[in-house]
Amino acid sequence: MKKSYVIYNIFVVLIALLIALLVGAVLFAVAGGNPIMAYKVMLTEPLRGVFGITEMLVRAAPLMLVGVGVAVSFRSGILNIGGEGQILMGAVSGAFVGLSLPGLPKFLLIPLIFVAAFAGGALWGGIAGWLRAYLGVNEILSTVMLNYIAIQLYTYLLRAPLIDPQELAYGTGIPQTAQLTRNAWLERLIPGMRLHTGLIYAILIAIFIYLLLWKTTLGYRMRACGAEPLAARYAGMKVERYLVLAMVMAGGLAGLAGAVELCGVHRRALESLSAGYGFSGIVVALFGGLHPLGIIPASALFGLLIVGADMMQRAVTIPAHIILAIQGLIILTVVSSALFLTHRGIREKILGYFVRQPAPKSEVS
Amino acid sequence: MEWSELIPGLVAAAVPMAVPLLLVGLGEMFDQRAGMFNLGAEGIMMMGAFVAFFIDLKLQMPWVGLLAALVVGGIFGLLMGLVCATFRSKQGIAGIGIYMLGWGLSGTLFRVYVGGPMPIHGIPALNLSFLQGIPYIGHVLATLNPMDYVTFFLIPLSGWLLFKTAWGLKVRAVGTTPRAADTLGIDVIRIRYQCIILAGAMAGLAGAYLSVCQAKIFADNITAGRGFIAVALVYFGRWSPWGVAAGAAIFSLAAAAQRLIQFYGFKFPYELALIIPYVLVIVVLACSRNRNRVEPAALGKPYFREYRG
Repeated sequence: MKKSYVIYNIFVVLIALLIALLVGAVLFAVAGGNPIMAYKVMLTEPLRGVFGITEMLVRAAPLMLVGVGVAVSFRSGILNIGGEGQILMGAVSGAFVGLSLPGLPKFLLIPLIFVAAFAGGALWGGIAGWLRAYLGVNEILSTVMLNYIAIQLYTYLLRAPLIDPQELAYGTGIPQTAQLTRNAWLERLIPGMRLHTGLIYAILIAIFIYLLLWKTTLGYRMRACGAEPLAARYAGMKVERYLVLAMVMAGGLAGLAGAVELCGVHRRALESLSAGYGFSGIVVALFGGLHPLGIIPASALFGLLIVGADMMQRAVTIPAHIILAIQGLIILTVVSSALFLTHRGIREKILGYFVRQPAPKSEVS
Repeated sequence: MEWSELIPGLVAAAVPMAVPLLLVGLGEMFDQRAGMFNLGAEGIMMMGAFVAFFIDLKLQMPWVGLLAALVVGGIFGLLMGLVCATFRSKQGIAGIGIYMLGWGLSGTLFRVYVGGPMPIHGIPALNLSFLQGIPYIGHVLATLNPMDYVTFFLIPLSGWLLFKTAWGLKVRAVGTTPRAADTLGIDVIRIRYQCIILAGAMAGLAGAYLSVCQAKIFADNITAGRGFIAVALVYFGRWSPWGVAAGAAIFSLAAAAQRLIQFYGFKFPYELALIIPYVLVIVVLACSRNRNRVEPAALGKPYFREYRG
């Protein structure tokens, strides 16, 4: 790809973000707040101190994992909307392992928890992948349904079989598991702050997925099945298998996000653990251009937005809930901008204004 | 328990569950027939539910609330049309954007302008005593909400619209062979806009039904996946109004039965019982897979005029 195209792509996506934020300003006004103040607090307040920056990175880690998973699925031609459910299934499987093997040394326990979490999420994603590949079930509908199922299942597990015995002893009955032993905790990077090693793992995994998708045969095949399923089938690829594999990977990565939250942040499984990362991960993936390396900075940006929204709620009394609506807008503008990225005629036309180059014959793509 | 009690009990529990599914489903049927998904229905429903609730709370005018929900739903449909028909983006993912927008906006406005659970009067049930005589379901029919009757009437009406009018023919043409339709001078994009706005308005109305006619409160996530379930029922109902109605009926009867079983004392964890409807939807989707002949061929495919092929 030409360098000017890369810059152009980044430029278009940034314009999309800008439009979403402008429309979002209208929403702020409707919600009775001053949009300029709100954005100012939201976008700058977290960057003013160590606390804000570390919190932003704490949120970036799960976003990155879910986002990379979403990118894998999108590239393979299947949409994973089931992040929420997969995070919860990953967290609860991880918590189960962590609680049943409390005595294991750290170097064994943490990998085991991560494997269990990957398996939990992968199962949840794999169901949707299998249903789509072999029974033709629309994956958006099935993953959404699986989200609802996972939420109920998770709540049930936390309320009955896995509940913290202390909650029963005190009669409070808050649905959460007991705290994991210290051996299951991810190290904190800065004393007194919640930032933990999960971020490093997330970045490494993102790089690994990039290498997998672009430097291996497997990755090439997955992308081929996504880009041109009929051609891929003609070339002898078993498209169905790659669909299932993509969803297994996407689900597993979301499950890892659950484990990161479990071992790094909460150190127990509790009700609000997924915190909307499943949906925000989709926005991150789209914004990162469905490219693992683009998703790394994108997740930091959305971590900033989420932390900033919390700070804004305290400062200008607009509910942090509005960040969901803003993310929805970002999805809409970013998917709309795809027309300017993929439609060659339009791209060349716009580029023509900025870059002097012999206009290629307008070939419609 | 006698049959004479069980059937009215089931129907009475099923109708309020079926009606919002029908409202969304019928609208969704039109836009899928025109080749568009409206996967944002869930979010549009939440907006509709909030707007209708809010107007009833402030002005005590539930019917105006329904109307406003219709308009707001239409506006969201227009937005969906802008993104999917004009900018030709991936419809599935755009639907998720609409869903998050509707969810976030309705939740925010609720927190800002209402704050907590507030009861509203809503639209009271009609008491049609002359229907009492019908065996088994007479009692239920006699105490339905006016919107229930409107919805039942919409089933044949949308069948007529889709299969007996020139507009319905255009809709179906646009959904199956947009290029041929374009050649014949049908404005593909305009028809798609009309259908997606209709679908949005119906989703808004369905949300309003939930808050104004049924629950008479508003709560975050009041829709509980009904928007997505309705989309699934359109698949199940093979894109025909009576099929959608049958799907909604089967689904809500099953959900009502599950509720009755719980009510009559089977000890079963509450959360696991709540899973059943969602599992049912997946099973229904998996079972309705041989749909190649009826599925609108251009469903989910953006239309480019200058594309060849």
